[in-house]
Formats: sequence, C-alpha cells, structure tokens
Amino acid sequence: MTTSKETRLAYGEALRELGKERREVVVLDSDLYKSTHTALFRDAFPERFIDIGISEADMASTAAGMAACGLIPFCNSFAIFVTGMCYIPIRTQIAYPSLPVRLVGSSSGLTQGPDGASHQSLEDLALMRGLPNMAVISPADDLETRQAVFALADWPGPAYLRLGRYPVPRLFGDDYRFVVGKAARLRPGREVVLIATGHMVSKSLEAAELLARDGLDAGVIGMATIKPLDETAVREAAQAAALVVTVEEHSIIGGLGSAVAECVAEMSSAAPLLRLGVRDRFGESGLADELLEKHGLQPGGIRASVLQGITRLGKGKK
Amino acid sequence: MTTPSDIVRLKQMAAELRCKIVAMMRPGKAHHFGGSLSAADLVTALYFYKMRYDPKNPAWPERDRFIMSKGHSVPAQYAALALCGVLSPDELPSLKCLNSRLQGHPAMHLTPGLEGCTGALGEGLSYANGMALAGRILGRRFRVYCLIGDGEQQEGQIWESAMTAARHRLGSVVAIIDRNRLKGMDAADSSKPMEPMTERWASFGWAVRRIDGHDMAAICDALDWTDTNPEQPSAIIADTVKGKGISFMEGQPSFHNSSVSEEKHRAAMAEASAALARMEAV
Repeated sequence: MTTSKETRLAYGEALRELGKERREVVVLDSDLYKSTHTALFRDAFPERFIDIGISEADMASTAAGMAACGLIPFCNSFAIFVTGMCYIPIRTQIAYPSLPVRLVGSSSGLTQGPDGASHQSLEDLALMRGLPNMAVISPADDLETRQAVFALADWPGPAYLRLGRYPVPRLFGDDYRFVVGKAARLRPGREVVLIATGHMVSKSLEAAELLARDGLDAGVIGMATIKPLDETAVREAAQAAALVVTVEEHSIIGGLGSAVAECVAEMSSAAPLLRLGVRDRFGESGLADELLEKHGLQPGGIRASVLQGITRLGKGKK
Repeated sequence: MTTPSDIVRLKQMAAELRCKIVAMMRPGKAHHFGGSLSAADLVTALYFYKMRYDPKNPAWPERDRFIMSKGHSVPAQYAALALCGVLSPDELPSLKCLNSRLQGHPAMHLTPGLEGCTGALGEGLSYANGMALAGRILGRRFRVYCLIGDGEQQEGQIWESAMTAARHRLGSVVAIIDRNRLKGMDAADSSKPMEPMTERWASFGWAVRRIDGHDMAAICDALDWTDTNPEQPSAIIADTVKGKGISFMEGQPSFHNSSVSEEKHRAAMAEASAALARMEAV
C-alpha cells in the first residue's frame, strides 16, 4: 500500500487545481479553511474565496445566489454543519431550483474524533439523500476524491461531497475513472459482497482479506455515489451473493445501508442484507480508531459481523 | 429623478397592480393578501421606475435583480411581471393551482422572471449578497434589490447576511423592509421587539433611510438615494399598512393568509377597481 492521505487534504489540493482551469469556481468557507484545506484555494485565488464567518446558513444561501449568476460555488464546513446548520437554505434555494452548488462536508463521520457527538456527522448522508436533485458522493481515497472534485465541476445540479480527516491508503489505480453514479468493483467475491463507502472501503477490503483466511469469498464494491445509486451494481451483487453487507461510517438509518435496502426490497429475489454502521446512536469523544473499534467498523469488527451474519442470514451458506 | 407625471404614472400602475393581485387571489383558497398589498407600491417602483430590466429579455445578464425574500408576497411580483409582459395576464388566475407555474412561493425554475426560490423566511438577503458578489467577480454592474418582511427580521440569518453585506461593502445591495407591523398571527413586535429598526441596520454598517412605503415619490427618491452609497449596502425601511388599498383588510392580521368569500372578493375588486379609475382620471 502507498502512503496514506486524508481525503480532506486531497480535496484541498484538487480544488486549487480545478481553480486554475475553471474561472467560474468560487469557494466559501465558514471559519474552518485550515481544517477543510480550502486555504490552498484561498492562497491561490483570493478574489474567488470568501470566508463568510461562522454562519453556515448565510454561506449556503449566498452560494445559491452566486450559482444563479453562473458561478460554481463550493461551500465548506464540517459535514454535520454544512448539511445540518443550513438544511432549509439548501432545500429551498439550492436543491429545489437545482442550482449547481457543491456542499462539501469535511471531517465527516465518527473519525472527527475527540470533539464528540456535536461535531460528528452520522446523519448527514440521510439529510442530503432525502433531497430531490441532490447528488451525494463519499469518496474512498485521495485519487477518487480528486476525480470527484473534477467530475463535480461539470455536474449540472447540486451535490454533497463527504470527506474525512482519517488517513486512508490509495485504493485505486491510476487508470481509475470516477463517474457520478457508478460503483467500483474493487475485489471480486461471490459468497459475500461488502458494499462500502468513504473510509469504510479500505476497512472492508482489509476485512475481506481476513474473511478469505476464514475461507469465505468476500467481494468489495466501493459505492462512492450514494445518490444516484448504482442500482445495477447492487442488484448484481444481491442476485449472486449469499449475503450483502453495507458498511458506512454513518447511521444505518438513511445512508448507504438504507439506499441499498430500498433497492433490494424491490427485487423479487435478493440476498439478505446486513447493514453495518452506527446503530441509531450519537457519537462520543474518543480517538478515531477507538470509535471505529467500538462501533465494529475496524476490519476485525466487520469480519466478526459478517461471520455472524452469514450464519444468521446467509442463504444456505457456512 | 422623477417628474410629477412619473409619479402619477407609477401610482396608476400601483393601482393596477393591486387590481391584479386581488383578481388573481380567487375565492375558495387561502391567499397572502396582506403582505402582497403592503408591498405593492414598493414593487411597482422597482419594476417600473428603478430597475434596469428588459421584459423582452428577462435573462439579460446585466439586468438588475429583485429577490422577494418574503416569498409569500410573490403575487405582487407575479402581477408586476404580468404588467411588464414577462408573464401573460391570463396566467395569473392559476395562482396556487395544481400544475401552475405560479406557485404559492417563488419557484425560479418554473416561473419566468423570478430570480430565486424563497418561502422559508430569512434567506433572501444572503442570496442577494451572493448575486452581488458574483456580479463583482464577473465584472457586471447590476444591482440587487431584496424585499424583506418586518417580521422576517426575527430570523437570525437576516442579521448574518446584514453583516456579510457590510463586510464586503456591497454597495449594489439594497434591502427594503416592508414594515407593515404584522406577522402571521399577531403584531410583528409581539414576540420580539423590532425597534429601533433604523439604528439596528445602521449599527450593522448599512446606510439607512426610513420612508412612508406608500408615498411613491418618497419610494423613488429613496431608491435613487441608494445609488449614492457605492461602498455600503443600503436599507430602506418602508412603513406600510398590511392589506393597503382594501379597507376591510387593512391592519388585520387575519388577512395575512386567508380565503375570502365570493361576496368579499367582489367588494375587494370593486374597491381596487375604483382606486384605479380614480388614478386614471388624474
């Protein structure tokens, strides 16, 4: 594996690069630019950067007005604030008229860590996924993040991009091309298919290795786009496997697990589904790795849940 | 600058606007009479005196923008857009009907001439700031006018956006407060004190003028005055009467959003039409 990188940093670097190519890209931040790494864009293009201050709702509405005049604004804060503090402006002024504003949620999930529940985002995917017109994207590594940033420059409607402050290894080869709405089949495997997003893609790949040692053939799909969901990839997995498992650093309500559940529920015959994530609880202070461990989202915890799941739910397997 | 004949013409147009507002608010459905009528003179002055706006080309990039932040009063804007030809007057009675382009609150993606979506209160001034910032970045010289309800100022986001406009010296932003003294259920000041309004806006770094929001000459004069503040956003606090022009609605909180009987609607139409006839006789 190559050196690990946080997706928030990969984003900051990609955004600066995008700013060189696209004059219509503007960036708004709400007093977190050193953490979100939009300071990189600010230093390169100060005339297209606004630190709006600690006022996320004002940021979202301001960005909507800019988008209505032909700009492509990227709005930045921690994931729970950029979705939760400005939910109604996003809904009324961005999603409803389908304006091309990009909401970028940094330090998402449990791995925000010591700051605790107020700063951890376990409901942000649910909030954004429920909005008509909104694309929801949660990349797995630095390369996919970079490609998502460039893909979003040309995405016609609004989008939510979910990023983390947890180092993740490079998972994709240089020939990988991220496309909005397309899953990445990262590891073949027919008995169990793990469908993961964000940080949980690398964790799921490690879990699949552990499961292979247990004699279980587990595949991994990286689902960077949670909406529009790649339903073809989900159906294919649910038809072939004995068990489908979703893995996300988010509540099991409303995020990837729900999206996959909604898809398989409308199939005449599908593998049972196990949803791994945070089980309808708030987070708490702790180190990122401690929190992932506690919620069963480290490779060992994922492995254990899959083994239990295949016994309990798996179609005539193991 | 206005001439006396301009003012006569604008007053006639305001009377016509009120006729259109009442006419489109058909009986049998709740409508926001009060705030649409209190804003009628302000909206008239913007569309037919102040704004650089070409109805034949409503997408002209250099046009001045009008944001109805108090989105429930959008019928006043629909009426103005019909009077200037962006909308067909025949479309107005479809207000709030199923499959209509004229939604109960502004939907920019459905209705030609609308510049933004509002309805949830408190958001329009931030949006106006965003347009002004975009104008600066894109090198365009348009101005952005934003009509805010007095009760709407109870939303905290208004003050976030007031600070943003001052910080960025958005001289192209004009906030107009429709000070009609009533919100949905009660007096605007009943749940939160709204005064001293002039001092509040001034303390946020705005140039402020307070006027009678039904005095057409004063409205036009105040709008012209905002051009003289290139380094500072301008606020016009317009003292108005909710339901202005329809005597049984004036000052009545119950006409914030209510349906009227056929009989009451006829009476309102008669009063609005009589006012128009009086103006046309001038």
